[in-house]
Amino acid sequence: MTALASANLPSQVGLLAGRAITHIVRAPAQVVFPIVFPLVLLAVNTSGLDAATKVPGFPTASYLDFALAVPFMQGALFAALNGGQDLARDIEGGFIDRLALTPMSGAALLAGQLGGALFMGVVGAVIYLLVGLILGVGIAAGVAGALVLLLLAISISFAFACFGMFIALRLGDGQAVQGFFPLFFVLLFLSSAFYPRDLIEQDWFRTIATYNPVSYLVEGIRSLVITGWDAGALLPAFGIAAAATVLFLTLSSRALRTRLTRT
Amino acid sequence: MTGERAIEVTGLVREFKGGIRAVDGIDLHVAAGEIYGFLGPNGAGKSTTVKVLTTLLPPTSGQARVAGFDVAKEGAKVRASIGVALQDVALDPMLTGREHMRLQAGLQGIPRAERAERGNELLERVGLSDAGDRKSSTYSGGMKRRLDLALALLHGPRILFLDEPTTGLDVQSRTALWDEVARLAREEGTTVFLTTQYLEEADVLADRVGIIDNGKIVAEGTPAALKAQVSRPTVEVIPRDAADWAATSEALRPFGEQVGERQAGSIAVRLRSGAEQLADIVRALDVANVNVAHLALHEPTLDDVFLAKTGRSLEGAAAAEAAPDEGAAPDRAAA
Repeated sequence: MTALASANLPSQVGLLAGRAITHIVRAPAQVVFPIVFPLVLLAVNTSGLDAATKVPGFPTASYLDFALAVPFMQGALFAALNGGQDLARDIEGGFIDRLALTPMSGAALLAGQLGGALFMGVVGAVIYLLVGLILGVGIAAGVAGALVLLLLAISISFAFACFGMFIALRLGDGQAVQGFFPLFFVLLFLSSAFYPRDLIEQDWFRTIATYNPVSYLVEGIRSLVITGWDAGALLPAFGIAAAATVLFLTLSSRALRTRLTRT
Repeated sequence: MTGERAIEVTGLVREFKGGIRAVDGIDLHVAAGEIYGFLGPNGAGKSTTVKVLTTLLPPTSGQARVAGFDVAKEGAKVRASIGVALQDVALDPMLTGREHMRLQAGLQGIPRAERAERGNELLERVGLSDAGDRKSSTYSGGMKRRLDLALALLHGPRILFLDEPTTGLDVQSRTALWDEVARLAREEGTTVFLTTQYLEEADVLADRVGIIDNGKIVAEGTPAALKAQVSRPTVEVIPRDAADWAATSEALRPFGEQVGERQAGSIAVRLRSGAEQLADIVRALDVANVNVAHLALHEPTLDDVFLAKTGRSLEGAAAAEAAPDEGAAPDRAAA
């Protein structure tokens, strides 16, 4: 028997995050699709909905500027879905038992998982921003605003990843995780993602969009692109991302305790 | 460690939802350095017992100490002392064999400088050096089992739990794994707790066997003692000339009761005492002028033991049982 010191937390997190990133890098479909699909949708929407900018009161003359916030949301969703499915596979296949038999702490498992999500969040956000800039989008809040936009996009990605992780830990089934995500797309479509809230004519739609937290996440990103510095848009966006992170991280941690019943 | 006992279990119970008792009050002990074979059909409670002993499931009641530590209260200490290869080989299909070793070594707290060397040494021992840089998704069933074993051994555990380690393996891979398990026990003094539904595996490998059925241990002892308890050897004779059948039967009559044909044209007699009667039997056949085409001594098998203790054959039980244990147990969120 070899006397072993328990691996410390940062080292465990590093190992598990490294594994999550290896998964992403070795499965190109996990990276390419989540990044390309939102860009394709952006191109389609921009060409198809450009006439919307002629509506009196539309906040900008370029639909591309208006719609650039959407890929950040969709990319974050896909990344969370992939991360959740990855974790669900670990549970279904028993890999989580292998990890549970080591001195690994539960916190390291969660943090390692989020390390992969953070990686995807950063890669996606940087690409969307660069594509936007190349296509001629101007960031009204300037260079500092672009950096804050990245920070917000990564925070949103992180919050979504926490949700994906919670669902995976709670359900322990990849297909069930996948089944949850159309719900998010519905939330995205019932938000102000594609049309400004104050221009939505249907009362029910406007009401839902007003209570839909996704609206505020989109509007936070959008404000930096088309308005400049707008605390009234940024604070709710950061606040909702932070609150969702805390909520789903807490729920994940509880779900993990149930899942890892090791003594 | 309590004396020489590596594993001590008293009155262990594990219940699942709906009051299903997968493990129903078992007592067992395994001496240090011993190979203990836990034999039973699917759903008998083998895997649940392993999960409790390896701290992955808390017991409902009863006591279990592994390496001297209480599995319910000293989980971390138990885990540091044991290596585990569970029934489903859980590998990461995206990682190579060598990356698995590095991840496991890191999580086990093996110093960074030693990780690569330890990993390579074990990959070499299980014959995976050349395949070490291939993703585990490209491995055969036997290679996956061997990598699983290497991962279980990485931190030098004193006690090794192997849950049905050869299920689904071809004969060659199975024999190679048996050799390695036997070597670990003989040369390194590793205690091995091995579950299996294969009679031959328990017979060949285990110093002692516990037979479990419906969550209870129905028999325990060395394979030889268990077999001797329930049955005696059978001698089987086929005369060269079918006309000698009656004479053969007559010559064998003093040695035991006839038990029917084992194969066409044979006469099988369960011996009154043991195999030492064989010389007398040969002499009796000679005196009766029987020309013998085939003569064989059949020792009782562990299946005879299982049959005697449970009223059904192990192979039959394995096929007939739905598996409440192995099927329901992994859903620990619900349990």
